[in-house]
Amino acid sequence: MKSTMLTIAAAATLAAGAAAAGTLDDVKAAGKLKCGVSQGLPGFSNPDDSGAWTGLDVDMCRAVAAAVLGDAEAVEYVSLSAKDRFTALSSGEIDILSRNTTWTITRDTDLGISFAGVNYYDGQGMMVPAGLGVSSAKELDGATICTNTGTTTELNITDYFKANGMSFELVALENSNEVVAAYGAGRCDVFTTDRSGLAAERLKLADPDAHVVLPETISKEPLGPSTRAGDEQWLKIVRWTLNALIEAEEYGITAANVDEMMGSDNPSVQRILGAGDNDYGAALGLEKDWAAKAIKAVGNYGESYERNVGVNTPLKLDRGVNSLWSDGGFLYAAPIR
Amino acid sequence: MTTTNEVDHTPEERSGLAALVYDGKARSLFFQGVLAILIMVMIYLAVQNAAQNLADQGKEFGFGFFDRPSDIQILTTFGTWLVGYVPGESTIFDVLKLSVANTLILAIAGIFFATILGFLMGIMRLSSNFVVKGFATIYIEVMRNIPLLLQIFFWNAALRLIAPGPRDAGTFVPGLLQFNTKGIYGPFPITHDGFYLTMMAVIIAIGAVIAYGKYAKKVQEQTGKQSPVFLISVAILIGLPTLVFLITGRPLTIEWPNFVSEGPVLRRGFERGVGSYIAPEFMALFLALTTYTAAFIGEIVRAGIQAVPKGQSEASEALGLPGGLAMRKVILPQAFRVIIPPLTSQYLNLTKNSSLAAAIGYPELVAVFAGTILNQVGRAIEIVAVVIIVYLTISLLTSLFMNWFNNRVKLVER
Repeated sequence: MKSTMLTIAAAATLAAGAAAAGTLDDVKAAGKLKCGVSQGLPGFSNPDDSGAWTGLDVDMCRAVAAAVLGDAEAVEYVSLSAKDRFTALSSGEIDILSRNTTWTITRDTDLGISFAGVNYYDGQGMMVPAGLGVSSAKELDGATICTNTGTTTELNITDYFKANGMSFELVALENSNEVVAAYGAGRCDVFTTDRSGLAAERLKLADPDAHVVLPETISKEPLGPSTRAGDEQWLKIVRWTLNALIEAEEYGITAANVDEMMGSDNPSVQRILGAGDNDYGAALGLEKDWAAKAIKAVGNYGESYERNVGVNTPLKLDRGVNSLWSDGGFLYAAPIR
Repeated sequence: MTTTNEVDHTPEERSGLAALVYDGKARSLFFQGVLAILIMVMIYLAVQNAAQNLADQGKEFGFGFFDRPSDIQILTTFGTWLVGYVPGESTIFDVLKLSVANTLILAIAGIFFATILGFLMGIMRLSSNFVVKGFATIYIEVMRNIPLLLQIFFWNAALRLIAPGPRDAGTFVPGLLQFNTKGIYGPFPITHDGFYLTMMAVIIAIGAVIAYGKYAKKVQEQTGKQSPVFLISVAILIGLPTLVFLITGRPLTIEWPNFVSEGPVLRRGFERGVGSYIAPEFMALFLALTTYTAAFIGEIVRAGIQAVPKGQSEASEALGLPGGLAMRKVILPQAFRVIIPPLTSQYLNLTKNSSLAAAIGYPELVAVFAGTILNQVGRAIEIVAVVIIVYLTISLLTSLFMNWFNNRVKLVER
């Protein structure tokens, strides 16, 4: 009879995973947002000294939690490897994947997930020990390269070497700390991942200054949050939370002055914050001041950027293409109106 | 006239519902039927549910993705060489073949050496020599009590630590293998026309040795005369192929690894594609799986030998058999029937444990097919089903072979 009980238990587990739509209701009922993050990537999603998660990707989850639940702390972080992340999202283990993940057509259409937008424009770069004396990726013929498995970097690097008629050997590892260890031990000549990732991972090396990032950027890597496919409403909540953070920077709304800005005469600001009669939250299934709560929790996009990955952080990444469109960057959020 | 209201309680007379309660056979049939139906309903619900979830995600069940080209570079290993994998040209099905080959070579090499080392340790542990016994005891207790994953990380890190830098060369096995952090390099045999004759000579030699062994046994049974079977067998096995090899004009050249010390910096070190190459990840896994499993096999062998009644060794001693011969001819054949069933389990464990390779990046079934490929194509149900079937097939074939072997060596009862 024991086997019968096991069968019933197994079937019940399978049936429980069936709920597809209605993520908003699930999150509200649970009172917390389940957010898929990395295994520790400084600046993007990384536990700090006290064990609390911080980073640009973490702020995305905090902002959504604040908009939906009114509490940025109501987030349960699930640390995922690059390999496991999509299955975790499509199977319902997490509500939102915010884990330096590149938006591609295959992932958007074939993996049962949908991308909500881009919160960091990145590109794949390569890092080599300075002692090798290599100054360009074109000189890398014959190199052994370390990277994370289950990423677009695996595909890009193969394309790049093929296009340039060069040969190479690829060591693909699941855990990013193992990649750093393999590169540090001389198993590989080159470490490749997104440029922001290189800036973060090199901090884990014994002597970060003994390594140089080559000038070539070999791919486009728009990184952004994604949600389970088939839940339009939830997708839009994440998309517009991101847009609201970017718009907030554009209109000078910060975590500090958000209450003050409620009384602003600028109609754009009023619309974002839901001041007066403006209510864009209802259509999303949220309160009218959803965006104000999100901004109050994590600040606008620029504040979050500078706090986590900006020039004053160990990553020292300048805004570059991640500036607002008005400053010559790529950040151009659809208007809240 | 005696009226009786006694009822005969024999089960045969009961029928219908009553039989379900009182007739043991009907009762068990009924409940087995109920169980079978319940299980089928559960399976149906699970399949239905999976299909519904797939439909919700806009996916369809199918293996069409097998024919898609695979665009990723994969660490060069035995499987790459066997399948002739080229990124962009090979298909995802080729990746499956490559990863299965990598799993199999690891399992076969591991099982072979773990068996030898395990038997050695098991016999050593029963030695009367204190040092030999102590060594085997310490080995077994240390190896089997440390988690395998930790041992894999240990060997991987240890190899990196002792290996010279990527543009240096060190000696791994003197005269045979050299190594650095990028891998282990050794000779590679290149065959020319006519080498098949030498291969045939090997097969003929093996046949001759088997035939000679049977003949020698027959002679011994009939006349009691013993022949030096071992020496003659070795002579045939080495002599005949060597003779053919020399007559056909030595149609084999050995390609040694080529160490480059000049030119572009990334081209320095051992030249790729010259000689044979073993990835350090393979070596780390091989060492970890072999030494770990050998500890368990050692205990199984010890238990098997100790299960043979002491009278057997006393009897062989009384007959004047020397220790080694007594072990080979009297003790081990009897110990085998105890050893083989648990030994089979260890073989299956080793095969399944090879999936821990994913942790250090050796491209076997779980790491590449259920990892990288699953991520690229997103067909979780299909891919996991294929992986399960592959492991099941390997395990069942191993069991089948070991059961056959078990039947051969088990005590024949007359």
